[in-house]
Amino acid sequence: MLELEARAEPSRLMPWLSPLLAVALTLVGGMLLFLALGKDPIEGFRIFFLNPVRDLYAVSELLLKATPLMLCAIGLAIGFRANVWNIGAEGQFMLGAVAATGVALYFDGSQSSLLLPAMVAAGALGGALWASIPAFLRTHFNANEILVSLMLVYVAQLFVSWLVFGPWRDPDGFNFPQTKMFDDAATMPMLLEGTRLHMGFAIAIGLLVAGHVFMNHSFTGFRMRVAGEAAAAARYAGFSASRMIWAGLLAGGAAAGIAGMGEVAGPMGQLTDKVGSGYGFAAIIVAFVGRLNAFGILLASLLMALLYIGGEQAQQYLNLPSSISMVFQGMLLFFLLGSDVFINYRLRLRRRAA
Amino acid sequence: MTHPPASIAGAASNPRLKLSGISKIYPTVVANDRVDLSVRPGEIRAILGENGAGKSTLMKMIYGVTRPSAGQIFWEGQDVQVTSPAHARSLGIGMVFQHFSLFETLTVVENVALALPGAQALDELAERITEVSTRYGLPVDPRRHIHALSVGERQRVEIIRCLLQDPRLLIMDEPTSVLTPQAVRKLFETLRQLSDEGCSILYISHKLDEIRELCHTATVLRAGKVTGECEPARETPQSMARLMIGKELPHCEHSQAAASGEVRLRLAGLSHAADDPFGVDLKDIHLEVHAGEIVGIAGVSGNGQQELLRAISGEEPLAERFPVQICNVEAGRLKPGQRRKLGLCFVPEERLGRGAVPGMALADNALLTASHTQGLVRGGLVDAGRARAFAERCIEAFKVKCGGAGAPAKSLSGGNLQKFIVGREILQAPRLLVCAQPTWGVDVGAAALIRQALIDLRDRGCAVLVISEELDELFEICDRITVIAKGRLSPARPTAQTTVEDIGVWMSGLWPGAETDEPLAAPTPAESLHA
Repeated sequence: MLELEARAEPSRLMPWLSPLLAVALTLVGGMLLFLALGKDPIEGFRIFFLNPVRDLYAVSELLLKATPLMLCAIGLAIGFRANVWNIGAEGQFMLGAVAATGVALYFDGSQSSLLLPAMVAAGALGGALWASIPAFLRTHFNANEILVSLMLVYVAQLFVSWLVFGPWRDPDGFNFPQTKMFDDAATMPMLLEGTRLHMGFAIAIGLLVAGHVFMNHSFTGFRMRVAGEAAAAARYAGFSASRMIWAGLLAGGAAAGIAGMGEVAGPMGQLTDKVGSGYGFAAIIVAFVGRLNAFGILLASLLMALLYIGGEQAQQYLNLPSSISMVFQGMLLFFLLGSDVFINYRLRLRRRAA
Repeated sequence: MTHPPASIAGAASNPRLKLSGISKIYPTVVANDRVDLSVRPGEIRAILGENGAGKSTLMKMIYGVTRPSAGQIFWEGQDVQVTSPAHARSLGIGMVFQHFSLFETLTVVENVALALPGAQALDELAERITEVSTRYGLPVDPRRHIHALSVGERQRVEIIRCLLQDPRLLIMDEPTSVLTPQAVRKLFETLRQLSDEGCSILYISHKLDEIRELCHTATVLRAGKVTGECEPARETPQSMARLMIGKELPHCEHSQAAASGEVRLRLAGLSHAADDPFGVDLKDIHLEVHAGEIVGIAGVSGNGQQELLRAISGEEPLAERFPVQICNVEAGRLKPGQRRKLGLCFVPEERLGRGAVPGMALADNALLTASHTQGLVRGGLVDAGRARAFAERCIEAFKVKCGGAGAPAKSLSGGNLQKFIVGREILQAPRLLVCAQPTWGVDVGAAALIRQALIDLRDRGCAVLVISEELDELFEICDRITVIAKGRLSPARPTAQTTVEDIGVWMSGLWPGAETDEPLAAPTPAESLHA
């Protein structure tokens, strides 16, 4: 009979090696998958993993894709460390996009240089506002924030649809469910000439640094870590549990909202009903693969972006369905959780006790 | 009151249990090192040693919970490998653990049925329980739910559960730590009766007086090794302590309390209904603790100590302000952090998970409660250097054995972590210190250090409230002593004007002028343990 047995002394290195192991296993699993689908695994590997980094433009696309992921993930990590399980970054992302779009449309035609900062602030506020619903319900009625935040994603999706099919639909848009394109003043400036990599990437890096300082050096971050690791110790020390919940959810919501703003004011240039493309959910994987650590999240978001773009490439060149990206994401999380088990446990063959 | 030990029954007969060269080696520690031990039929043998001496590990190997790394176990002359507790029970070995393993929402008879092999007819079993309980003087109603029983009664259920399987060896792990002095006496009568009937008993304890009173023989362990064997009746506590800790028993300097100072803690009619259905409601508690004195609250665990501590610390906020007054501020509705700012420091009963965060370094754990008093936070950011320096001060002043301020709390032994937490609270120079079980699970030397630190703190003018289940400890350090029973608090008496016996009776809720919810029979020597 196989049995999991707790290790006497968990390795200190393995928590960091385990994500790498998960990546390696995902690669092997992917090769086997290509083989099973009748594709050349080497060719599949080249297209999936090397094509996305073949030149500067490809790399800029990778960074562009990673931007919303790292933004959402750093916000989520702050909450996750305090055991605040915000699963609804996707919805907060959409509400951030909606709020930023609202500002852009309201000040349509304005050339003010304050317009973009106002949109960033609106995005953050919109996301935070959406996240405040689960925070309020959790602190006042002890409603489970996992369920509430998740269900609000679908509400947010319907709200976006209503806007773009209804009041915000572009009158000159041939009835497509989308707003009019934003003015230049409401569009993110580019970081690299000739690419789509925009200011949002710089904001994301800035927020990663801020998130790192907050989580590891601020007293509030310390209190949130205590609340996450030992709730009784937090109560004993007098750290208010509801403040931790509010902080965790608001940070996650605001960061996701900024990510949403970056999408509509960046590569999309308008709000459509396809604004939520799963970044908020993928960011949960990014946060865990990155070990809820800012630097780890940077690397994990690049990896996840690679899987996204690799999936698109596989679709294009290998005639594989687009869901191949999701399969790879799923494999990555599965192998990570699997590897993590062995940090603290080992398998043991046990004879049946007499 | 010291009973001379009965002559060792069947001294000439073969040992019932014999251990030969038993070792248990864990990856980081040698818990037992070539231990030899034998118990004859009817013999009550003490296993004496400090915390961490390897007593529990040794017993777990006999009971089949873990297996020895080396050595042999002989059961009635046969070389056996005890593979599981069920196997041990089938051999005739029973064990009563320090922490009870009973389901609170089930009745006594249901709990017993679960432990016995095969399906049981509950009515029949209830009769057998009553039969065994009358025979051994362990009164308990088989139909009652466990949560409604006192700790003493729960222990009786555990013992009865063992006795139903007719054990020939009974292992008792620190059985008296949760009992009143009267209940201890009653337990000893039961154990002597069992011994007279030929049952062998292994009695684990670090309480020297009890061992002298009860046990025929003693094996002393220190750091996993047998350091001696003796007949406790012929020894003095001092001589046994030398065997146990390798040096003289340390003693605290305890001068008379200074003249009564200002009131630092006043409980003015504190009543609070527990949220937990199995919790204890606090009823109209009055107490004053003055600067420069140590007040002790005795009581059997589960009589409202937890609830009282939470009400004082602020972890369980009250509806009204006046019942808890800290340094003349009505603090009933203040949060724990606000109460700390008034000068309160608090050592909780649980160290890991409440008093300290297991996975965090000691420096971070210093930050847990000392951030304000020690100025460890500046502009919202943690001053890591100062936090580290403060942790190092705690480590040095309280001789905490650890891998430095960066060592995670869970890497420390229970006693060392307790020293760190006590140090962290005391070094903040509180105006009022509330300390729960200050030396629970701490070795004798460290216990003396902590008690002395509490007395020194008192001499510097701090008001100290100690809640402990160890009566000896309370009598050693407290200026006044009071008792909590069923959520009510007795009047406080100067320690010098009371005795362990009086306090023992009070621990059953029977103090002069006590209000009781239900009529209680007057305590008779046999049934005074309604704890």
